[in-house]
Formats: sequence, C-alpha cells, structure tokens
Amino acid sequence: MSSVLYDVPGPKAIARNRILGVVTVVVALAILGFFVWRLAATGQFTAEKWSAFTYTNVWIQIGEAALSTLSAFIVAAIGALALGFLLAIGRLSEHAWVRRPFTAVIEVLRAVPVLVFMFLLYYGLPAIGVRMETYWAVVIALIAYNGSVLAEVFRAGVESLPLGQKEAGYAIGLRKSGVMRLILLPQAVRAMMPVIIAQLVVTLKDTALGYIITYEELLFYARYIGSQAALGSPIVPATIVVAAIYIGLCLLLSLVATTVEKRLRRSPRGGVVAGANQPTQEVTDTELIVAQRGLGKFNPGAGGGV
Amino acid sequence: MGVISNNLDVWWDGLLGTLILFVAGGLVALVLGTIVGAMRVSPIPIARAMGTLYVNTIRNTPLTLVFFAFAFALPPLFGLRLTAPVPLLLAICALGIYTATYVAETIRSGINTVPVGQAEAARALGLTFGQVMTLVVMPQAFRSVIPPLMSVLIALLKNTTVAAGFSVVNLGSVRAYLSERGENQLFVILWVAVVFVALVLLLSWLQRSLENRWRVAR
Repeated sequence: MSSVLYDVPGPKAIARNRILGVVTVVVALAILGFFVWRLAATGQFTAEKWSAFTYTNVWIQIGEAALSTLSAFIVAAIGALALGFLLAIGRLSEHAWVRRPFTAVIEVLRAVPVLVFMFLLYYGLPAIGVRMETYWAVVIALIAYNGSVLAEVFRAGVESLPLGQKEAGYAIGLRKSGVMRLILLPQAVRAMMPVIIAQLVVTLKDTALGYIITYEELLFYARYIGSQAALGSPIVPATIVVAAIYIGLCLLLSLVATTVEKRLRRSPRGGVVAGANQPTQEVTDTELIVAQRGLGKFNPGAGGGV
Repeated sequence: MGVISNNLDVWWDGLLGTLILFVAGGLVALVLGTIVGAMRVSPIPIARAMGTLYVNTIRNTPLTLVFFAFAFALPPLFGLRLTAPVPLLLAICALGIYTATYVAETIRSGINTVPVGQAEAARALGLTFGQVMTLVVMPQAFRSVIPPLMSVLIALLKNTTVAAGFSVVNLGSVRAYLSERGENQLFVILWVAVVFVALVLLLSWLQRSLENRWRVAR
C-alpha cells in the first residue's frame, strides 16, 4: 500500500512499525485498564449499583425516555427537511429581493447555537406571553438550525449540477418550477444523500440538548435514576446504559448513511451526475459542501453541523 | 441596551468564560485531533483501527452526553471534588475530546487531498522522509485543511454554550444569572444570540481571508 505519507515499508520499517503497534496497544490497554480499575475501586461492579436495572419498571421508563428522544428527532427531522427545501429554493431564487432575506435568515439561523435558540423559545418567549412545552422548544429549535444547514446542503447539491441540466429543462419547455422540481432537486438530493443523512445524525445527537431545558429524554432519566439514594445512586451505571442506547441509535443511523453512500456509488445510474463533483470519502458535511462547491467558492457562513 | 450596561459584570464573566472554553477546548482538540489524525493515516494497522474506533464512537455521541459523563460520572469515579476550577477543566476536556474527532477527520482528509504523485516525485528526487513531509506534503495539506478547520472551530465556539447546562459560566449561562436580577429574559437571550452571530461572522471573515491568502494553486 502506497500512500502520500510513506512508501512501501522495507524490513527496517516493518520492524519499527511492529514496535509502534505494540506501543499503541499498550497505551490503549493502560487507559482502558485505568478506567476498569477506577470502576472496580469505586465499587461500580457491585450488584447493588446495578440493582436499579433489575426492575421492569425502570426499563419501561427507559423505553419511554428513548421514545421521547426518538419522537422529538423524527418530528424535527421531517420539519428540518421541509424547511431546508423551502429555504434552499428561496436562496436559489433569481430575484435579489427574495434571495437576500432568505440568505440572511439562513446565515443567522446557522450562526446561533441550538441551545441558545432553545433558551429563546423556552425561557425568552414567555416574556411576550407565548408559553410552550419543552418538547416543542426542542423540536422547533432543531428544525430551525438543521433546516438552515440542510438548505445549504440542497443548494450546494443544485449548484454542483452542470448548467446543461437546467438549460435542457428550459429547452424542452419546462417552467422555472418544473426545472427545479423535476430536474434539479431530484439530482441534487440524490447526490447529497449521504450528507443529508449525516445531518440527520446531528439532529438526533442534538436532541440530547433538551436535557438542559429539562425535556424528559434519556439523559434526564439517567440523572433522575442516578440520584435515587434508595437504589445506591447509580449515576455511573445509568450513564453507561444511556450512553449505550444513544451511541447505538446514532451508529445505526450512520450505518444507513454509509450504506446509502456505497449503494449510490455502485448503482449504474450511481447518483453520479455527469460533471458533478461526487463526495466519496467519509468526511464532515462542511468539508463535503466545500468539496461540492470547489474550494474557491467556500461559503463564508457558520460551520456546518458539527 | 440597559440589559447590557446595567449588568456589565455578568456579561464580561460570560464572554470571558466562553473565550476560555473556546481557546482551551480548541487547544486540547487541536493537539488530540492531530495525534488521532496521524494515527488514522499511519502505516500501522492497529493504530489506524484505534483512531477509527475513537472517531466513530465519539462522533456518534451527543456532545451533551459527553458533558454529562464528564460532569456526573467522572467525579465519583476519580473522587474529584467539584470546587472552583474542576468543573471548568472537565468542560474543557469534554469539548476538546468531542471536537478532536472533527479535527482528526479534517486533517486526514486534508492529507488525502495531496496527490500521491507529489510524494512519489519528491522521493524520486532523493528527498528524505523529513524533507518530503516538511517541503512537499505538509505545505499543501495545510492549505486545504485551513477552511474546514475554521468551520470546526466555529462549531466549537457554538458548542461552548452546552457548558451552561453543567454549571460552567459562559455566555449561555448569562440568562440564568440575569433572570435572578429580574431582567427581561427575552432581551437577554436575543443579545446572547447577537453576540454569537457577531463572533461567528468574525471567525468566518478570518476564514475567508486565510483561505484567500493560502489558496492551493493546482
């Protein structure tokens, strides 16, 4: 295997690489061992600490907490996709008086941290008489932020298409809306599918922010069960259980993203639009947007969904 | 403006807290991310596997969960007392460890943008490994890393607000302090949003000017 960084290793390099490999394993095992030692030393492996997780009720409540996480995510994901389309079409408009306000809205929504937006909805709006449940504060904040990021993704997808696509659409007599709906957006969505799903993973991750405004999701429940003195205050086991659920859910969604990406690359139509830059590596979506647009036109806006 | 001018002390503490989290978290993320990025492109399969495991796990962990683990699960494990500097240090570590994965991916993809032919040509000229790195590969990789790295830093700046949920003073927690003083929360939060938009615009401007200066001519 030849790389830009190193040549095919010779006998000396192979020996050195083996030693470095052993060192890596030793360091990793040392870190892991330290954690296991601390877990054992503070008695986290005792049956008492895990007794909370022997009750059916606790698991039912964990299930409910996971459901409230998922329901916030699903509504937010659908809303964000819809808002993303709307904002993207607005920003792609040929009329400056439509394009400019949409651009401003997208840039502002991307620049404000999601948590600050949640605060605004949950703590700020009651000052003018609008009260909402934590659920809606979480969902609306997620829709606003992820919608604006997805708008940029859709726009990058449309702009990566060759000009000929649009021109051919007009040539066969389609109107502006027809060109957008029948020709540009389907190809853009197809080409950007991995990035779109990656952004949905970000949405799922950000539902955890609801914990801070006391939305009763998984972290909230972990904190609750972890502070039950009658069960031995099992905060460490509760964190481990909740972390496993959260990471599992996100990994599942990421897996979908990589599968879609692989299938796109393999299929004969391939989602590969002639002349369009195809994102092929596993990178952050900001980089993908950069790659799609060509480095020179890098957008001045806020960093994407990290 | 009264919301700001009457409570300058709280706003100053908040801004300072955000900047400390941003700079310190950024430094941790850059150092750790460079190490992990190097592991991800190293010729040692086991190091590559470790780097991939770390990146894939942490990137699929919500930042709030990382903070949660650092704020609530680590102190009992390590017997930490949550006195003055400890919550701040834990928050910096949480931010750094989370952001490091994005830094690592940025560095890795930056190195991958350098065509293999560049290094092969350099080796063919008889340059040593050190010369190939410092004279040929790194200057090119560095240039294509800067714009996405700035995006990662902008995201880090916005992520510092999460620390507000774990009793670390920053711009995100200004709201809680000022609501105790009876200020209108709507205005307070709107001002926080304005400060963030300004800071992000500043960083984006920096990003654009750096990008223009170091554009890869290829």
